[in-house]
Amino acid sequence: MNHDSYPDNYIRGILNGVKSIAMVGASPVNVRPSYFAFKYLAQRGYDMIPVNPGHVGKELLGKPFVASLSDIGRPIDMIDIFRNSSHIMPVVEEALTLDPLPTVIWMQLGARDDAAALKAESVGIKVVMNRCPKIEYGRLSSEISWMGVNSRTLSSKRPPAPTQGMRLSLNRMSVGGGETAASDRAAKNKTEQS
Amino acid sequence: MSDRLPGFSTLAVHAGAQPDPTTGARATPIYQTTSFVFNDADHAASLFGLQAFGNIYTRIGNPTNAVLEERVAALEGGTAALAVASGHAAQVVVLQQLLQPGDEFIAARKLYGGSINQFTHAFKSFGWNVVWADPDDIASFERAVTPRTKAIFIESIANPAGSITDIEAVSTVARKAGVPLIVDNTLASPYLIRPIDHGADIVVHSLTKFLGGHGNSIGGIIVDAGTFDWSTGGKYPMLSEPRPEYHGIRLQETFGNFAFAIACRVLGLRDLGPALSPFNAFMILTGIETLPLRMQKHCDNAKAVAEFLAGHPAVASVNYAGLASDKYYQLARKYAPKGAGAVFTFGLKGGYDAGVSLVSKLQLFSHLANVGDTRSLVIHPASTTHSQLDDAAKVKSGAGPDVVRLSIGIEDKEDLIADLEQALGA
Repeated sequence: MNHDSYPDNYIRGILNGVKSIAMVGASPVNVRPSYFAFKYLAQRGYDMIPVNPGHVGKELLGKPFVASLSDIGRPIDMIDIFRNSSHIMPVVEEALTLDPLPTVIWMQLGARDDAAALKAESVGIKVVMNRCPKIEYGRLSSEISWMGVNSRTLSSKRPPAPTQGMRLSLNRMSVGGGETAASDRAAKNKTEQS
Repeated sequence: MSDRLPGFSTLAVHAGAQPDPTTGARATPIYQTTSFVFNDADHAASLFGLQAFGNIYTRIGNPTNAVLEERVAALEGGTAALAVASGHAAQVVVLQQLLQPGDEFIAARKLYGGSINQFTHAFKSFGWNVVWADPDDIASFERAVTPRTKAIFIESIANPAGSITDIEAVSTVARKAGVPLIVDNTLASPYLIRPIDHGADIVVHSLTKFLGGHGNSIGGIIVDAGTFDWSTGGKYPMLSEPRPEYHGIRLQETFGNFAFAIACRVLGLRDLGPALSPFNAFMILTGIETLPLRMQKHCDNAKAVAEFLAGHPAVASVNYAGLASDKYYQLARKYAPKGAGAVFTFGLKGGYDAGVSLVSKLQLFSHLANVGDTRSLVIHPASTTHSQLDDAAKVKSGAGPDVVRLSIGIEDKEDLIADLEQALGA
């Protein structure tokens, strides 16, 4: 997988396919990005599991924290890692001990570990790096267009009136990655320099 | 659902818009409302804390304006955009995110006269210090860089003479200095030039001109290319540091490659207040749908008029980058192969008096201070848009006393030429 620029269909397939998401590094502090990504994905119907050893015994929006991936005790589709790039590898290594394996490992905006990605991909796990699932869901559904963000999708269909907690269609026509190629190039240069 | 890339004209009609979920209305509705009802207290708190997508108050965002924002972002190839009340408001909001009092920005000397005034006087009172450089001498940008430099500002096609700026060369200087390149793309529109493809980090527009295109609505827009890394060295604290206005959120960390557009909205527009009316957004959106058709006609007409003027005995010189003899012809071929725009100047052998006489005799061209209208426009910059400058600065910015500026409309070119012929001849 080329991790500098993902085809929309790759991201769309993941977000349409997964049902349960374990979020490693989920924070109960309501101004942290992990908190509101967790909340948004829960509202859009995903089965969310907060993973953070510092908060075991507490709940995040009604879901009990677990200390580690192995403590979840049931199959999970996707692991969303809210940690810095330097803390990715141990999480991926732990994920690779799960049975069954998750189908997707997702690293948050700003996080990227190519070696960890390669390891996961070698056993058939799909990997996304340096993206936010909330932003991608909002983009592909065009919900994020409310903030003037370029969703890079088009649709001539009348969407249903949105209500709280409903799942949105992600199946709009993609404009493709080319329209923000400049941004992808800049991200790539940054990775190569660091 | 293949990842096929739609063309520019398709984006000009469709990007950002979809049928209204409630009514099925196909044209974008004008959401002429100040405020939006919250679902409950938790929803309100999420919106105020920037945690949820949605509308609060039209000073911060509006669904009609959002369609315009996404459309221009798509046409420019940016990650996001923010519409504001005017092109001037766009410039204030952009620089507010980048400069602290005592900081500097480098600007090309050839700019819209209104921008020269804004930078020289209004921004000085904020402690934002402009340092001028010559767009025809790239090294002058390099020489102007200091540790306090926070941005470089140029026009893609520059007022008033329609000269073309070497965007890639200036972008190299900006990259080396570690500052973003801001390009005012008003006179080109994304149909002719997409500055982000040439290294711009931020694009601004007066929507009033070719994008709106019909001379009926004032507006401005800021496009975030998503290319600049705001986190380095704490140089841009509005983006990289925790914001007390939002409980310590760091915008770059939270919003990634559209953090600059979000900063402009939640720190700039929210607190400075230059919101665009949804009605104006609707008018401008309608204009953008025909941008590719209009812009090509503007350029084709401009070239015909420039060629006519170049051959007229009363004309001393024509500055139009679409003419093979022009100093900017090669740059125009590189950056604007579809046409060199529709705003240019020419000099009259009869000097200042001949300029005044020409303007008074024209019957089809309107004498007014705007460009980028469907109608053809004429102005004498030395006595109007550039009148606040001293004589030396007028000449330096291409607005000497003998210079007349035209903005060519989409009428029949034969009629425009006939009008100029009668006004020059008698």
